[in-house]
Amino acid sequence: MSAVLEVQGLSKSFGGVQAVDDVSFTVEPGEFLALIGPNGAGKTTCFNMLNGYLRPDAGSVKLRGQELIGTPPRKIWRMGVGRTFQITETFLSMTVRENVQMALISHHRRIYDIFSRATRLYVDEANALLDLVSMRDQSARPCSELAYGDLKRLELAIALAHRPALLLMDEPTAGMAPSERIALMALTAGIVEREGVSVVFTEHDMDVVFAHAHRILVLNRGMLIAEGSGAEIRANPTVQEVYLGGGTVFQKEADHA
Amino acid sequence: MTLFRRTVLGALAALPLAALPLTASAQETIVLGEVNSYTRLPAFLEPYKKGWELAVEQINAEGGVLGKQLEVISRDDTGDPATAIRIAEELVSKDGAVLIFGTFLSNIGLAVADFAKQKQVLFLASEPLSDALVWSSGNKYTYRLRPSTHMQAAMLAEQAAKLDAVTWATVAPNYAYGQDAVEAFKRELTKLKPDVEFVEEQWPPVFKIDAGSTVRALEQSKPDAIYNVTFGGDLAKFVREGSLRYLFEDRDVVSLLTGEPEYLDPLGNETPEGWIVTGYPSMAIDTEAHDAFETAYMEKWGEKPKTGSIVGYNSILSIKAALEKAGATDTEALLQAMEGLEVPSSPTGPFMFRAADHQSTMGAYVGKTGLVDGEPAMIDWFYADGADYLPSEEEAAKLRPAE
Amino acid sequence: MGFYLAQLLTGLANASSLFLIASGLSIIFGVTRIVNFAHGSFYMVGAYMSYTLVTLWSGSILGYWGGVILAAAAVGLIGLVIEMTILRRIYRAPELFQLVATFGVVLIFQDLTQAVWGAEDLLGPRAPGLDSAVRIFGEPIPEYDLALIAIGPAVLLAIWLVFHRTRWGVLVRAATQDREMVGALGVNQAWLFSAAFVLGAFLAGLGGALQIPREAVSLQMDLSIIGEAFVVVVIGGMGSVTGAFVAAVLISVLNAFAILIFPQVSIVLPFVVMAVVLIVRPYGLFGKPGSEHGAPVEPEQPLTLMGQKGLMVMIAAVFVLALSPLAVADFTTILLVDVMVATLFAVSLHFMMGVGGMVSFGHAAYFGVGAYAAAMGVKYFGLGMVPSMALAPFCAAAAALFFGWFCVRLSGVYLAMLTLAAAQILWGVTFQWQDFTGGDDGILGVWPAQWASSDRVYFYIAFVLCIGGIWLLRRAAHSPFGYTLRGVRDSRTRAEAIGVDTRFHQWMGFTLAGTLAGLAGVVFAFSKGSVFPDTLGIALSIDGLIMVLLGGIHALAGPIYGAVAFVMIEDWVTRLDYWRFIFGAIILVVVLLAPDGIAGGVHRLVRMIRGGKA
Repeated sequence: MSAVLEVQGLSKSFGGVQAVDDVSFTVEPGEFLALIGPNGAGKTTCFNMLNGYLRPDAGSVKLRGQELIGTPPRKIWRMGVGRTFQITETFLSMTVRENVQMALISHHRRIYDIFSRATRLYVDEANALLDLVSMRDQSARPCSELAYGDLKRLELAIALAHRPALLLMDEPTAGMAPSERIALMALTAGIVEREGVSVVFTEHDMDVVFAHAHRILVLNRGMLIAEGSGAEIRANPTVQEVYLGGGTVFQKEADHA
Repeated sequence: MTLFRRTVLGALAALPLAALPLTASAQETIVLGEVNSYTRLPAFLEPYKKGWELAVEQINAEGGVLGKQLEVISRDDTGDPATAIRIAEELVSKDGAVLIFGTFLSNIGLAVADFAKQKQVLFLASEPLSDALVWSSGNKYTYRLRPSTHMQAAMLAEQAAKLDAVTWATVAPNYAYGQDAVEAFKRELTKLKPDVEFVEEQWPPVFKIDAGSTVRALEQSKPDAIYNVTFGGDLAKFVREGSLRYLFEDRDVVSLLTGEPEYLDPLGNETPEGWIVTGYPSMAIDTEAHDAFETAYMEKWGEKPKTGSIVGYNSILSIKAALEKAGATDTEALLQAMEGLEVPSSPTGPFMFRAADHQSTMGAYVGKTGLVDGEPAMIDWFYADGADYLPSEEEAAKLRPAE
Repeated sequence: MGFYLAQLLTGLANASSLFLIASGLSIIFGVTRIVNFAHGSFYMVGAYMSYTLVTLWSGSILGYWGGVILAAAAVGLIGLVIEMTILRRIYRAPELFQLVATFGVVLIFQDLTQAVWGAEDLLGPRAPGLDSAVRIFGEPIPEYDLALIAIGPAVLLAIWLVFHRTRWGVLVRAATQDREMVGALGVNQAWLFSAAFVLGAFLAGLGGALQIPREAVSLQMDLSIIGEAFVVVVIGGMGSVTGAFVAAVLISVLNAFAILIFPQVSIVLPFVVMAVVLIVRPYGLFGKPGSEHGAPVEPEQPLTLMGQKGLMVMIAAVFVLALSPLAVADFTTILLVDVMVATLFAVSLHFMMGVGGMVSFGHAAYFGVGAYAAAMGVKYFGLGMVPSMALAPFCAAAAALFFGWFCVRLSGVYLAMLTLAAAQILWGVTFQWQDFTGGDDGILGVWPAQWASSDRVYFYIAFVLCIGGIWLLRRAAHSPFGYTLRGVRDSRTRAEAIGVDTRFHQWMGFTLAGTLAGLAGVVFAFSKGSVFPDTLGIALSIDGLIMVLLGGIHALAGPIYGAVAFVMIEDWVTRLDYWRFIFGAIILVVVLLAPDGIAGGVHRLVRMIRGGKA
């Protein structure tokens, strides 16, 4: 089976600083791919080029063979790319279920409908998605009342609403308690497996990365410096050198887990 | 929504059964409806109100009209034509007013005039100056008291023609009144003195004049004379900036309404000398009728009458004359009475309402500005009878739309 | 050469006056995020006080400048009282709600000033020692203008020093840039806000006080300056004092030269400049992203569909309204038509502001276009009433489509001010283009067709159109379209990430709101029989804004409560003497009792009654 996402020679510089430099990789169907690197390595820049918020200086991003460069984020979404944000972005003035319903309404291309009642549309589908992230019992609550961890799960449900082929998750566990992080990523991994979605995520928490990622890409100063399974990355001396200035932290993180 | 629909249909079906409006019970008084922009233009309308209040008081003390007392229900239109219409409706249909009078701003005057036509009620426009009110937008139900823009501009043009000035600059607030005033002056002056030339015109926004720049722009054209239409706060700014920059040195200035105490008094000791103006020399008028009015007014209000006072006072005198001539209070009778209605005596002298164009022949005073004992005043003035500055009735009738 | 220099100096002198008032407005907005309508009142009161003091001590240089400073200080004190007794209690209210309170203050000050100083314009003395002109290149330049030209930059420098050299100033700048941070720094926020408000009021008072030698003090001073002051603040960038200075110079100098070429231009020039600046620079000349929004507030509660009981109450209310002409006199049906028109107008504005998050200071533009289109349809094109009624909302839609395209590119106060610019430009064109629009003499004789001319029949026409329009907008608010609009308001990023073309969606929302405002304008035109440029004017836009905010922006019923209350109270209160004072006081009482608007107050009342039963 061919790759879901093909990234070729992606580059971007800001005022002379090369933020992302000739990055290439592919994502296979059902793959759970982590993008890691120290602060300022270019992860977020890279991410924003994948989902259309930034236009690269050079390179190509192809989703199932279709070029994404120059396509606005909303169209990329329509082509089957879901996303979650580092700081959650939800509709705070709506209920939990309505947030999911909105994604469904948009997916079914009914956002210009001015006569139906939005809150009565796609209720069953929304409930099913909320079941998937174990949020069904909170479906009628105002989104503004949710705990942060619940917001993250809600975002996941929203991102899955249009049955995406690829899910982009920017720091999915940022701002969460350690125990919640593991739970959220376990949930995500389970869904990925069942639904056959590919996932690209960036992450700071190495526990999360090593526990779930099928493959890991390491960025440093905009360049891809290593690629491989958890074990390979742990063992990679270049990664240890540039990323951590020594191997000990990996070890510590592992111990900590 | 079916219920909603039924509601509407039900209501519409019930329509023919609706009760007729309650007929007014026999009245002890004759109710006059009055509407004006009291909060928008208090400086001009306070004297006006005092004027008509005085007249009503005097008439009632003498036994009223047609054996009944006059009662004025006066309302503030907040300066909004739409509100004025709503109030006019209420005055007529709820308060039982036999006619409407008042208004100051031309657009409100026009709106109420149009309302009067639609609702078939007599409207005496006391203050608005717009020519359209009796000419291009004139109607059967609307009469106007105060000398119009055209009349006052013509009075000034007559004086301006006697000057040596050939090149003229004009400055007027940028709205219908200013535009009408400039157009009328140009037309009348050119008629009397075809060789005049208008070299510059300035149109500052009303009550927002950038006086310094406007004065400079006028100065740049080096006119022999200036025709000014600005008033109120704009006038004070214009006078101050103009005299600071020597704009008025060796130059004739002809200025509309500036002799009215409402506009002249605030200038204080900076009143320019020798401007040719229309206005109202108030305390200096020495006719029997005016003296009586002046004394009564001073006694009641403790201040000298202003132009508004005269307009308010004469409004009630006109209404009294109309009621007496009609002998009734229904609109048809009043309309008939208004045609050619003569008001034999008023503080400003006799005047009448022309049948052809519904304009009164009440005049204005023309003179020069100056300081008398340090106080601003009109000097060398004379009373210009409005009848002399109106087109003939035949010509005027042609200016009105066909009924 | 001398002539142009003189014209430039005149422009600069005007710029100083304008800068003083605008700088205060900008500081107040920057720190407290209050859109202060009362700023013009501060300016006016400063002028009146200074008139009194300067006249009292006339002739002496010390007396003049002492009087000016004292007047400005007194206005600062008035600002303090207003901030502490009113505004401080409502900082947590929804965005822009404080504007309603300042509107109440404007009304109160109009009557107070008239009561204290009288209705007649007052011309104060000239400044001693600066009462004549000097010749520069042969051109006379008033000395006082030169003094003003010096005072403007001096005040700018003083503000700059305060902001950069004092701890308080640093905090003010921090608060302007990032409000959360101030709380984090452990600063006494109440104190900071009071001080900023006092400084702003002082500057406005100073601006007014310094006008004494230039113009007669009048009761129109407040409203004649406030629009331009806002324009200057926005062109400069909200919260930027330097920006305000540059903008004041730009506007004043441009005006001084423009009137040489095109004398009529003054009425729209500032707004045209603002529109151009905002289209090119969405945050003004010196503004920064993030400077456009008010204080962060509690998110709105989710919408709920009306319950059985609510539906019954509403149907009953509509039913009573429908039957009212049978029970009441004709003039009351006319008042009710006004109420319905105002309600549809307010609901359409709320659809844009509340549902769409796009605040408009110029919504009357579409109301007016609707009214004018209907009037022209009847008078110029000989269409009947019904075809005109059908056509006119589409003209409003076209106008909204055109201006909306520019407006949705901005957000917050900048968007609001661009809507104002659009409305003012339309107003200016309507006002000036006499041959086509009748200028300010308007279009007369726009009465309903013969069959509809009775007050009662017209009531039912208005009823069907207005209630229909309100129903449509309510329906739209609950629809996917309206939900998406709220979604864009809540989080543009999220909306984009679920496939919404956010700008296009806002544009359509803007257009829908404009179309229904146009419908309100149509009903209005035939009920009044004439249309004037006022129907596009600022006053009507502001009335709509007050109705929406006073009613409660966070509830769909808010604008309905707001409009009904506003029109009814105004109709009643204008019968009284000093009605502006009373109206202002009523507004302040409502604002203080219900900081979440009438709808919030009603909601709490209902809950309390139910709670009492339980």
